[in-house]
Amino acid sequence: MSPARRRTLDRWLPWLVPLLIVLFWQWLVSDGWIASRLLPTPLSVLEAGWRLSASGELPHHLLISFQRAALGFLIGASIGLLLGTLSGLSWWGEKLLDSSVQMVRNVPHLALIPMVILWFGIDETAKIFLVALGTAFPIYLNTFHGIRGIDADLMEMARSYGLSGRALFTHVVLPGAMPSILVGVRYSLGLMWLTLIVAETISASSGIGYLAMNAREFLQTDVVVLTIVLYAILGKLADESARFLERRWLRWNPAYRGGQVQ
Amino acid sequence: MSPSTLFHPRDGFPEPHAETHDSAIYREISATSRPRAGSHLKLEGIAKRFGKLAVLDRLDLEIPGGQLVAIVGRSGCGKSTLLKLIAGLETLDSGQLSADDQPLSAHRDDTRLMFQEARLLPWKRVIDNVALGLAGDWRPRALEALREVGLGDKAAMWPAQLSGGQRQRVALARALIHQPRLLLLDEPLGALDALTRLEMHALIEKLWQRHAFTLLLVTHDVAEAVQLADRVIVLEDGRIGLDLTIPLPRPRQPASPGVSALETRILHRVLGRSEPDGDEASPHASRPPTP
Repeated sequence: MSPARRRTLDRWLPWLVPLLIVLFWQWLVSDGWIASRLLPTPLSVLEAGWRLSASGELPHHLLISFQRAALGFLIGASIGLLLGTLSGLSWWGEKLLDSSVQMVRNVPHLALIPMVILWFGIDETAKIFLVALGTAFPIYLNTFHGIRGIDADLMEMARSYGLSGRALFTHVVLPGAMPSILVGVRYSLGLMWLTLIVAETISASSGIGYLAMNAREFLQTDVVVLTIVLYAILGKLADESARFLERRWLRWNPAYRGGQVQ
Repeated sequence: MSPSTLFHPRDGFPEPHAETHDSAIYREISATSRPRAGSHLKLEGIAKRFGKLAVLDRLDLEIPGGQLVAIVGRSGCGKSTLLKLIAGLETLDSGQLSADDQPLSAHRDDTRLMFQEARLLPWKRVIDNVALGLAGDWRPRALEALREVGLGDKAAMWPAQLSGGQRQRVALARALIHQPRLLLLDEPLGALDALTRLEMHALIEKLWQRHAFTLLLVTHDVAEAVQLADRVIVLEDGRIGLDLTIPLPRPRQPASPGVSALETRILHRVLGRSEPDGDEASPHASRPPTP
C-alpha cells in the first residue's frame, strides 16, 4: 500500500461504520420498520438542528452549557491538581489529605444533587459545583500517582545538580507526572459532560439538557435526538483537545509522537 | 621534562607540586576552555555502616589535584558507596572529607557525579539536559560542551532518539559544563558495548587532559582501570587493599605487555589469589567474574 493511500485510509476509514449506521437508520425509519414517532430519521434530526440554529435557540443553549462545563472543569481540575501535588510531594500532605479525598471520591457525586439544589437552588452555581466535584477526583488521583511514580534516580540526579524547590518541581516533577496527569484530564473531560447532562436534565432553565427536557414535554423526538448527537460531538471535541495537549506536551515520549521514532 | 612527554604530562605519578606546571601547559593546548586546577582530595578515617555491615572501615586516602584514580574491587566492596559519600549523596558515619584543606561540602559546586545510567530527563531536549540547573545565557556554553563530546549536531534531539553511548556522552557534557574540579564516574561505561567503551575511554582521557580536573573512576573492569588511570586502588573489606601507580606512558595501547602485566597483578589481588610470579599468569583473564 502506498503511503499516500495509507494516509487517506487512515483519515477516512474510521468514519465508514458511523456512516453505514446512519444510512441503515434512515432506511429503517423511512421504510416504516420503526415508527417515526418513536425514532426520527437522521434527516429530520438535521432539519431540527437547522431550524433551531436559525432561530438562535441552539447557539444560545450550546454556549451556556459550554460555559458551565468549562468553568466547572477549570475549578475542579485546579483543585485536583493542587491536592494531588500536595499529597504526592509531601508525607504530611498524603497523611492528612489522601484518605479523606478517597472517602469523598467514592460517593457518587450525583447523589449530592438533592443537597446541591437545597444549597444553591437551580442556578448556575449548582451545575458548576457538580461539574467541579466530578472532575476533581480523576485529576487528583492521576497527579498523585504520576508524582509518586517519578524515577527516584532522576530526582537524585537533579538534586546532585543543585535543583531544589520550585526548579525541581518545574523541571522534573511536573513534566515527569504529566503523562499521568493528562490521562486524568481525558477521564475528567468525559465526566464533565456526563455530570452536566444529568444536572441540566434535572434542574435548569437553559442549556442543552434543558432543551432535551423541554422537547420531551412536547414529544419533539427530533430535538431530543439532536441533543444526544450534540453531546456525542462535544464529547469527541473534548477528547480531541486532550489528545492535542498530549501530542504537544508529551512530544518527548515516542509513544505520543505517532510512532515516528528514529 | 623531555619533549616526548610534553603533551602527556600526567604520565606516572604526578607530584602535588607539578600542578602549576600542568595548568600552564593546558592553557596553551586548549584555548577554548578555562582550566582550573583539580581538587586535592583528602579522606581521613572514613567509615560507613549499613546496619551491621561495615561497608567502609576507617579508610584513609589522599589524591593530589589532577590525578586520575581508578577504584576497583568486587561487587559490594564499598566502591560505589565511597563515591556517593564524596558526592554528598550519602552521609558519613565518621571521618573527614576535605578538598584543598576545606571541608568537601564547601566544594559541592565543583564536584560532579556521573552515574551508571545516563539519567537524562526524557522530557528535555539534549541541549536542555546539558544546561540543567544553569541560569542566564547558557546556550553557547551548552553547545560547546556538546561539541566537546562530539554531539554538536544532536542538540535538538530527544534523549529517546539517542544510543546508549550517546546518552552517556550527553551526561558527560552535562557534568563538564559546570567546569568541575572533581569529577566522579560511577561505572559509567558498564552498560556499553566493547567498541563504544573504547571510544569513551579515549574521550574521557582527552577531556581529563584538557580540563585538568581530578577524576575518580569506579569500575569493575580492571582493564579499563589500567588503561585510563594514573593510579589504581583496590578496595577490600572497606579498606585499601592495593594502591598501585601505573607508570605507563599515554596514550596506552590496550593489551600491550605493560598493560597486561599490571592488569594481571591487580586482578589477582581483586580475586584474592597470591601475587603471580611472572609467566605463570595468563594475561587473557582480563575481566573479573561479574556476579
